Amino acid sequence: MKKFKVKKTIKEINEKIKEGRAVVVTAEEMIEIVEKNGDVEAARKIDVVTTGTFGPMCSSGAFLNFGHTSPRIRASKVWLNDVPAYGGVAAVDCYIGATEVVEGDPLNSVYPGEFNYGGGHVIEDLVAGNVIKLRAEGYGTDCYPARKYERNITINDLRDAVLFNPRNAYQNYNCAVNLSDTTIYTYMGMLRPRMANAAYATSGQLSPLFNDPFYRTIGIGTRIFLGGTQGFVAWPGTQHNPNVPRGTNGVPKQGAGTIAVVGNLKEMNPEWLAAASILGYGVSLYVGIGIPIPILDEEMARQTAVKDEDIYTQVYDYSMDYPKGVTNPLAEVSYKDLRSGAIIIDGKKIITAPLSSYYKARQIANILKEWIEGGKFILGEPQQTLPIA
Amino acid sequence: MAMYSKKIVIRYTPDIVQQPVIYQLVKQYDLIFNILKARIFPRREGVIVLELSGLKENFDRGIRFLKEMGLKVEPLSKSVSQNINKCVHCGACTAFCSTLALSFEKPSQKVLFDPEKCNGCELCVSACPVRAMEINLL
Repeated sequence: MKKFKVKKTIKEINEKIKEGRAVVVTAEEMIEIVEKNGDVEAARKIDVVTTGTFGPMCSSGAFLNFGHTSPRIRASKVWLNDVPAYGGVAAVDCYIGATEVVEGDPLNSVYPGEFNYGGGHVIEDLVAGNVIKLRAEGYGTDCYPARKYERNITINDLRDAVLFNPRNAYQNYNCAVNLSDTTIYTYMGMLRPRMANAAYATSGQLSPLFNDPFYRTIGIGTRIFLGGTQGFVAWPGTQHNPNVPRGTNGVPKQGAGTIAVVGNLKEMNPEWLAAASILGYGVSLYVGIGIPIPILDEEMARQTAVKDEDIYTQVYDYSMDYPKGVTNPLAEVSYKDLRSGAIIIDGKKIITAPLSSYYKARQIANILKEWIEGGKFILGEPQQTLPIA
Repeated sequence: MAMYSKKIVIRYTPDIVQQPVIYQLVKQYDLIFNILKARIFPRREGVIVLELSGLKENFDRGIRFLKEMGLKVEPLSKSVSQNINKCVHCGACTAFCSTLALSFEKPSQKVLFDPEKCNGCELCVSACPVRAMEINLL
């Protein structure tokens, strides 16, 4: 066991939150505090550091239960505004995935496809309170005789609506470029030929898992900001992989940890869940997530003070290497470089732009800070932290 | 009443190409048309550039009719704008803006659009994942 000069528990911090005495700062503010005071003093002063991220997270969706009909139906096929939802759950349960495209969409047959409507848009429309056309088909059973059901609904008509995203808030992500001679259309956006631009997708120093690189405080049951309300980390995210090269500060230099998150869709807000139509690729969903990190000791203080210049990612070619599954990084760059608007690879200046919103990530970290300061948000003690090996 | 006149671009999809759309503009909305350019592409998508004239009210109704038919209608000269209600300020557009009309405001990291600098290339319209960059028709 490591010996720490400062030792606090989540329980103690929660007592302070309830009494309105907790000292909360954002991950950006923490950088200066640790630089000025050192990690031990910062750990004594600060109780919670808030983080935030707002980016397209494809592995998202919602479980919906639209209530039993009369006569009853075993809805084996379900559509919401003509976007297919997965009906192989129970009678009137379904799962609408963020990347499902509306039926009849020309997809990429007219290249590059526009992907104007899909699951992400259904979810955004639901949280915005818009009317959705629900259509269901069943095969008819003795207990569920109805074969067809159609109704215009809003989220208020749903019995239950639960956002459940299997993989969100990736701890680091690739930076994408295009080495070929033609423009390509990827989930990282439009990439112009001969490395004319580079796309990246995390909020760097504000991003949740960069601030707790070894998941000491994040796990199943961690309470989070999700889509504008309070949600939870439900499980390690799919593809969670802690075993990647890390810097001396412990921060992964490529995609690593992920989280599965869950929350009540009925409490969410379209400001923090926004549909995305990515040209030539498909539909996705911007998800706003913020995680509070309890400063249990000086190690957590040091880790939450991580800066863009100390966080690195790999640059990959998305024209040949990535689609083939070849892992051949062209360069390693820092988030400070990426956020400066240009990186240099092989002497060539390449314009960079993010897909995630730093502006919104900062807003989320600030909202979470206000919630905790106001005693409206109590830290969730993880029942089990995310796997570290 | 003053006549209103505007050059527009209409894009057809194969399913509509058989229908007498222009005829309806004349018959139903009393509009005068002058075809400047027309082309049908191999997969039967088509594009027509025409000048459309008539009463402003009829012109607007005619454009609405075209859109309801499922046609894409754009002005020949376009102006681009940023829909503030939709923009999430990710900045994906900034990599494609050669005139720097789109940029990050420091230190807020908000995406700002300066229409004065915009040359109407529309690359931002394609690059925006939330469709916040819009082409204005009228």
